[in-house]
Amino acid sequence: MSRRLLATDRPMRWASGWFKSRNRTIYTFLILGALLFPSIADVVTGGEGNHLVSTAADAGVFVLLAIGLNVVVGFAGLLDLGYAAFFAIGAYTYGMFASGQLLGSPLHHEFHVTFWVLLLAAMFVAACFGIILGAPTLRLRGDYLAIVTLGFGEIVPRVVQYLGPGSPIGNWTGGVNGIAAIDPPKLPFFLTGPWVGAPIEFVKNFDFTNQIAYPMDFYLLMLVLIAVCIVLATNLYNSRMGRAWMAVREDEVAAAASGVNTVAVKLLAFAIGASFAGFAGGFYGSKLSLVSADNFQFIVSVSILVMVVLGGMGNIPGVIVGALLIYTTQYFILPNLPYWSESFANAVGLGTLNQSHGDWVGLRDEVQRLNYLVYGLILVTIMVLRPQGLFPSRIREQELEKGTAEDSVFDLRAEDV
Amino acid sequence: MFLAAVILILTVLLTPKAISNNPPFLQILVYGVANGAIYALIALGYTMVYGIIELINFAHGDVFTLGAFISMPLIGAFGLAEGRSSGVGLWLTLLLIAVIVMAINGGINVAIERIAYRPLRNAPRLAPLITAVGMSFILEGIMYVWRGASNVHFPDLLPSTRFPLPGSASIGVKDLVVIVTAIVLVILLTLFINGSKLGKAMRATAQDREAAQLMGIDINRTISATFFIGAVLAGAGGMIFGLYFNSVRFDLGFEAGLLAFTAAVFGGIGNLQGAALGGLFIGLVQAFSNSYFVAALSDVWIFAILILVLVFRPTGLLGMQVPEK
Repeated sequence: MSRRLLATDRPMRWASGWFKSRNRTIYTFLILGALLFPSIADVVTGGEGNHLVSTAADAGVFVLLAIGLNVVVGFAGLLDLGYAAFFAIGAYTYGMFASGQLLGSPLHHEFHVTFWVLLLAAMFVAACFGIILGAPTLRLRGDYLAIVTLGFGEIVPRVVQYLGPGSPIGNWTGGVNGIAAIDPPKLPFFLTGPWVGAPIEFVKNFDFTNQIAYPMDFYLLMLVLIAVCIVLATNLYNSRMGRAWMAVREDEVAAAASGVNTVAVKLLAFAIGASFAGFAGGFYGSKLSLVSADNFQFIVSVSILVMVVLGGMGNIPGVIVGALLIYTTQYFILPNLPYWSESFANAVGLGTLNQSHGDWVGLRDEVQRLNYLVYGLILVTIMVLRPQGLFPSRIREQELEKGTAEDSVFDLRAEDV
Repeated sequence: MFLAAVILILTVLLTPKAISNNPPFLQILVYGVANGAIYALIALGYTMVYGIIELINFAHGDVFTLGAFISMPLIGAFGLAEGRSSGVGLWLTLLLIAVIVMAINGGINVAIERIAYRPLRNAPRLAPLITAVGMSFILEGIMYVWRGASNVHFPDLLPSTRFPLPGSASIGVKDLVVIVTAIVLVILLTLFINGSKLGKAMRATAQDREAAQLMGIDINRTISATFFIGAVLAGAGGMIFGLYFNSVRFDLGFEAGLLAFTAAVFGGIGNLQGAALGGLFIGLVQAFSNSYFVAALSDVWIFAILILVLVFRPTGLLGMQVPEK
């Protein structure tokens, strides 16, 4: 009797054990969703899923950014309000050295560096800027970094815009027009298969210019990059460095007393976060084949921060879900809501709402005007209902319940420098 | 010492331009001071809220814009119109409108604090930051729905009389109104914070919330009062901004708020005189950079100066006067 029970129970027990870990459940759903998404998009749109897949690849950029900012904000507890600046630095590094842009600059030479090399270079350049900015400010106690990064995030897009045609040191960045016609990635070989409607085979010199298949190629490349970044970030979290970050986040004095070099540890977190943004920026440039300063304004930094906080600071699957939710809301639901409401009104026989008369400009435009309001309401509602984020890390959650005191942002006991 | 160094550098930079007097030095100075006075009014709200609950209140810039938007229908309701109103009646009506705008604005900010910040007072520090961003979107959304996305004309009510100054410059009634309003409000605020019982409670709460509570101070009431006063100043700022520039837009407060926050940090966050001084400084830097150097880089200078100040003197220009926490 008992033997039989055990035998039948075992698979069930395995499954319940697997899903007992919330993060494992989230990862399972994310992986399934990522693999099935292209097929679902194709079915839902009746074979026209390419656009959705391309949007998903763009969303992937923000997933990368959220994972990176999570290292800074979630792991090390440093508030970065200018993260888009590093994103911009990565994208412009890629754009300048993978297009005809520098032909018009004082260098008079075009560069077309390979995708992978340039991706690493973008990472490296962004990390260098992170170190230059972080080194003088991270020595100070308290959260001066937040303000400094805010300033840096404002400076970078403006400087980039200024260094266009007509600037005293030549046209480096294309100014307000940005850099266009950036090279797509070129991979030495690539695997095709049923997912692009071809038999499984290696294709040599695959260059992402095949008009029909390329959103799918970018999507797959994006998935690979995200997977690499998740593994990297998870390992960092579980490493000696990750524990040092946690120590600094919880109590800097205690961490220093325990032998943690707090400045170096914070600087490393900041630089690693910046390098993730540079990496994402490089991919972003190659995907859009266009970079422009408008894409890196303060509001982008805020969006990424919202993704991290709303998803659950410090928990990687949480911030991925946060990034996907916010991206979907901002770039898919809100822009489409007017059209959906219009067709909904038509469907339920309220078509008159769609005509404009008097002050009413038609349902579509009226809903369009509500965009800001709806987005703000979503943010406030979610944060008030779940201040710890949707899926916070277990450790953070326990801290919250015990009510660990948080340091003030401006600790004025700071050494008088 | 640091202040002296800053002034010295500025003098060296500006002297040749000032001597050539093209465009007139005093003219830019007047514009910069008027502009800076508006920043100062916004910065005061930032610094007070920051001092008391350590929150970067991103919605504050939009509360400022709201002041301008609320005063527009009131101006119509009180029968003021461009070119038709003048004399003592105009000034008294404007004063009355300003008081109403300030009261409404204060009430709205208290409600915002109640809805978006108070429930999160013991939550992780970043949660109220996100609701502040959300509140900023909501306020901008309301103004967008109300008056649309483009620039809205604000009635040009103030007389355009200008008084000559030396060096082919002049100062207008508008400039004087902005500057005098700001000075009066800052003086009133300082008197209130230093003299009244509520002001004392605010200072105590900013220093140590728990100890203040143990001394019998009603924390919730004190924080509400802080938000109310911050919004009163921002509302006045918004209205005089409208009267000065005669054009407002729903997302005006975003940029202005960012610069005003910079001003608050620049002067030493939590320090009222510092915020006023910081606002003035930002206004001047903007005015001089716009006219003498490259206008596109004005904000770059402002934020670069901010970073340098934080690196070399993290407590801000007047930070030494801030009570120890």
